[in-house]
Amino acid sequence: MRPKDLATEAANTWCPGCGNFAILNAIKPVLAVLDEEGLVAIETVVLVSGIGCHAKIADYVNANSFYTIHGRTIPVATGIKLANPDLNVICFAGDGDAYAEGLDHLIFAAKRNVDITAIIHDNRVYGLTTGQYTPTSPSGFKGRSTPSGLEVPPINPLEMVSASGGTFIARGYSHGIDLLKEIFRSAILHRGFSFVDVLQVCATFFNLYDHYNQRVYALEGHDPLDRVRAEEKMREWDYDSDGPIPLGVFYKKDAPTFGDNFEEQNPRKIDIEDAINKTLERYI
Amino acid sequence: MMKVVEGSYGIADAVRCCSPDVISVYPITPQTHIVEHLSEFVANGKLDCEYINVESEFSSLSSLIGASAAGARTYTSTTSQGLALMFEVLFNVSGMRLPIVMTTVNRALSAPLSIWNDQQDAMAAREAGWIQIYAENVQEAMDLTPQLFKISEDPEILTPSMVCMDGFILTHVYEPVEFLDIEKVREFLPPYRPEYVLDPKDPKTFGAFADPSWFTEFRYLQYQAMERAKKKIEKVSKEFEEIFGRGYGGLIDTYSMDDAEVALVTMGSVVGTAKEAVDELRSEGVKVGLVKIRSYRPFPEEELKIALKDARVIATIEKDVSIGYESALLTDLKGAFYNSPIRAPIVGFAAGLGGRDIGIKQIRKIVEKTSRVLDAGIEAEFEIFDVKQECLQEGYHGR
Ligand SMILES: Cc1ncc(C[n+]2csc(CCOP(=O)(O)OP(=O)(O)O)c2C)c(N)n1
Ligand code: SF4
Ligand SMILES: [Mg+2]
Repeated sequence: MRPKDLATEAANTWCPGCGNFAILNAIKPVLAVLDEEGLVAIETVVLVSGIGCHAKIADYVNANSFYTIHGRTIPVATGIKLANPDLNVICFAGDGDAYAEGLDHLIFAAKRNVDITAIIHDNRVYGLTTGQYTPTSPSGFKGRSTPSGLEVPPINPLEMVSASGGTFIARGYSHGIDLLKEIFRSAILHRGFSFVDVLQVCATFFNLYDHYNQRVYALEGHDPLDRVRAEEKMREWDYDSDGPIPLGVFYKKDAPTFGDNFEEQNPRKIDIEDAINKTLERYI
Repeated sequence: MMKVVEGSYGIADAVRCCSPDVISVYPITPQTHIVEHLSEFVANGKLDCEYINVESEFSSLSSLIGASAAGARTYTSTTSQGLALMFEVLFNVSGMRLPIVMTTVNRALSAPLSIWNDQQDAMAAREAGWIQIYAENVQEAMDLTPQLFKISEDPEILTPSMVCMDGFILTHVYEPVEFLDIEKVREFLPPYRPEYVLDPKDPKTFGAFADPSWFTEFRYLQYQAMERAKKKIEKVSKEFEEIFGRGYGGLIDTYSMDDAEVALVTMGSVVGTAKEAVDELRSEGVKVGLVKIRSYRPFPEEELKIALKDARVIATIEKDVSIGYESALLTDLKGAFYNSPIRAPIVGFAAGLGGRDIGIKQIRKIVEKTSRVLDAGIEAEFEIFDVKQECLQEGYHGR
């Protein structure tokens, strides 16, 4: 399988220069290679998208896909995974989707460690509804709904997912495709909830290419198993300050995943049949 | 002086004239321009209010519950998916008798995904205890805004309300409108001075538990308030006309209904097209007339009985379907007439779903089908109009 086998005939309607192209061009080869290697058969892949510019990616990749309603990629993906654990479920959500409308789902997916991958197209703006602020827009951001500048500081989604118990936390950038591919590959292969915040530039409503180009750097010599260090790195940039912006896999941990581990996790495991019989005996 | 503006701008300006204290909104097509214009007014000092850009529609209406209970005049706007997400809160608002006003931009509900107009969203919320008035054009939607604040906030009513307007057709059209004069609006709509408000000097509980010995009474009182709203809507409509010189009828309006044999009943922007179709048909000698429903909740049962008493056959045209049984307006109208002397057959058409055009041609077709009832009797009481031929074939379940 080659990446071009994953192309579709749908006309692409993203704006020229949109960072979504990089995500698309990174995910296709990653899926193609994983399929070639026999690690993830393409038939088992389900792409789950939200509502927003990012969501159109479902039209552009020739794989099973599911358009959810705004904000609900993660619960739908969770349902798909639990109903058929053989599937490899990848969410493509917007920052509006995942950090505003559907934030609660993100926290719970991390907490449960559901074995799905969530790739967030974090353009720090509502693209499809034409340029309003999102939870990761920097303070002072002048968007269509905040003409005199945003009064509240952004959230740092990495820290939030970490605090919620996330077991794979990464940040990518829609410029520099090799690193993005590497991150996507490890995220998909990670067993458990994989979270990737991609700084995806919205060329039309919030063009941050120059800003990011001057500040991003790839984590090197970083041990993603070291939680303390990982959290320090997550805090290095708070989505507001002018500091350097680390990219890569910050944190990774092996942990039981939701669904396949319920009995192991439940120390008071009971034999249902036995319990019913005992109860019945008492009354018969 | 008339000015040509985008519908959304007109609405935002009407809201500005009502001087809300708190606005809480989340963007969604095709409501977005309304809230963007409002945010501009706030930014450039034309509107002095707390403006919250929240993280979801659930939050927008929930935050207004708090604001309204604390005594503020509150406004929001949404559409479709956003209204659906508010569902739980809608009942909460009306049950607590908070006079929140919302512009409900009408749009289809997903799935399949559509951003285009129909009225399924508001219709799905018809039991939520909100007054719903449907506007025919931008000016009417603008003029309804202060009227609904006045009605909702009336101590005898205390019921939230929606100005319903068709998405894109009205929100994005450029039409000549007369702006409201803020001074005159202030006169017409005095500041909100609620009797029941969160006040440290006089503590109260909102949203408390009602056990079975009281729940029914709460609903009864809500029901009565909605009944009283009928007179109030008529009265406020007249008052508005006296001050601003524009009137739209009360709960309903009629067009060419004298001697009409075939009567169409519809609401929203399609009324304008229906009037044109009626004119055309009248010029050809067809005795057709039109009843425009303005207030869908409260439902104008008595007014409809008067307006339609001489019609020989009646057809509803509406942009919603109640999957499992007809469409909302059709069922309501039949229900309203069952215990009355009116025996004219009533048929209904669900049309214009998910943005399908209802033009003069379509309305003529509906009139033609409806007229046939007079000779051939009722063939189908309800029809989803304008379905593709292939879909009508026996055994077709989609591909
Ligand atoms: C319940 C609900 N509210 C609002 C919308 C309107 N809406 C569609 S996309 C979107 C935001 C998109 O922003 P984001 O998730 O960041 O995606 P992007 O377009 O930036 O890729 C909004 C608010 C909706 N579809 N559903
Ligand atoms: S609006 Fe922004 S995010 Fe949407 S396609 Fe255009 S550049 Fe991309
Ligand atoms: Mg976005």
